[in-house]
Amino acid sequence: MEEVKLFGHWPSPFSYKVIWALKLKGIEYEYVHEDLWNKSALFLQYNPVHKKIPVLVHGGKPISESIVILEYIEETWPESHPLLPKNPYERSVARFWAKFADEKCIDNKVFFSVGEEELQKNVEESKKLLKIVEEQGLGETKFFGGNEVGLADLAFGAISHWLGVIEEIMGVKVLQSHTFPRLFAWAENFKQDPIIKGNLPHRDEMLVYLKYLREKVLAEQRPSLS
Amino acid sequence: MSTDKVILLDFWVSPFSLRPKIALAEKSVEFEIKEEADLLGNKSDLLLQSNPIYGKVPVLIHKGKPICESTIIVSYIDETWPTPALLPPCAYGKSTARFWADYIDKKLFDAGSKIWMAKGEEAIKVAKKEFIEILKVLEGVLGEKDYCSGESFGFLDIITISLASWFYAFEQYGDFKIEDECPKFSAWMKRCFQRESVAKFVPEPTKVYEFVGMLRKMYGIE
Repeated sequence: MEEVKLFGHWPSPFSYKVIWALKLKGIEYEYVHEDLWNKSALFLQYNPVHKKIPVLVHGGKPISESIVILEYIEETWPESHPLLPKNPYERSVARFWAKFADEKCIDNKVFFSVGEEELQKNVEESKKLLKIVEEQGLGETKFFGGNEVGLADLAFGAISHWLGVIEEIMGVKVLQSHTFPRLFAWAENFKQDPIIKGNLPHRDEMLVYLKYLREKVLAEQRPSLS
Repeated sequence: MSTDKVILLDFWVSPFSLRPKIALAEKSVEFEIKEEADLLGNKSDLLLQSNPIYGKVPVLIHKGKPICESTIIVSYIDETWPTPALLPPCAYGKSTARFWADYIDKKLFDAGSKIWMAKGEEAIKVAKKEFIEILKVLEGVLGEKDYCSGESFGFLDIITISLASWFYAFEQYGDFKIEDECPKFSAWMKRCFQRESVAKFVPEPTKVYEFVGMLRKMYGIE
């Protein structure tokens, strides 16, 4: 098998989406931690357009953008732990929710709020978005579209673990079990999956790091976790 | 509606609706267009039921099931009717096409829209510069190829040429010609506009321009 490298940054949820996909499929890879405040020349060669992590390099060829990477992984290693169903309609539904997760970036809104008014506005907006997912995205199955972790679950991964830490730092409650019972149950199931459970950033370490990032936000340095 | 019937919820000027029309035509799939009579004022019940989250066109309804989001619809069309293939055969080629489709979706139309939404010469100049820069990046992607991914018209061409249906309007409001700024990209546009599947559905550029004029009045830009 050709060499697989992942350029990522701890504890970026964008990095973790790709780590989860690779681990679920049992693909060996080399992880390269990229310093986001001092990006390497090699990394910038691999992603000259967006200059962001994650970047997957397979046999020397780079692939960027987390959802594009997940689709590539699925195409290249389709047999073990499929991330997408075979049926085209169900695939389109999974892609719809993966795109929704990627575009709306629900945990980010709250984290980058400056001032109480903006924070409350973003909390309300995040709750509206979560309501859409709760009512229309999750049915009676354990995960999006079925009983196995797939593309849409990986795309929403940040909500399962990062959002809780962000809520603590910002002193707000967004995802609560009584308001979003399905999503809450989904998040618990997601984190209990053996592969996901074994590949989550340590909560206390994340708290320290995100608090440090938050200070940068307040100092108007607008850092990005990619 | 659980037949094999293919229905497209459409709005005549929508560059996003153009994408599935071209894709279906490339696959020689018969489909029925249900035009939204008043997309901006009064959306149909069918549209709101089929796309409850965004309430936007296009929506493809196949075997009674709705598929939303134009790029996702084109992928669905490609997977449901596999020949002729719209995406390149290998995984890497597919990922490259998807990467650029994502780039185009995030940047191109918004950048072009900023031109006609701009108030004042300076704002138009800035918007125009940003738009042309993006076209130059896409020229780089095209390189010496006839089409975006190689010798054949495909996925990425469909994603891009659909948005190009509004470029005449952008040129008019920005007072520039893409032909002068990005000749290779302009040549690619001409090549695609001549293709039967595109020519059949692309709206008249002057009509799109009039529509944008109406939008400008609506938004108080003129």
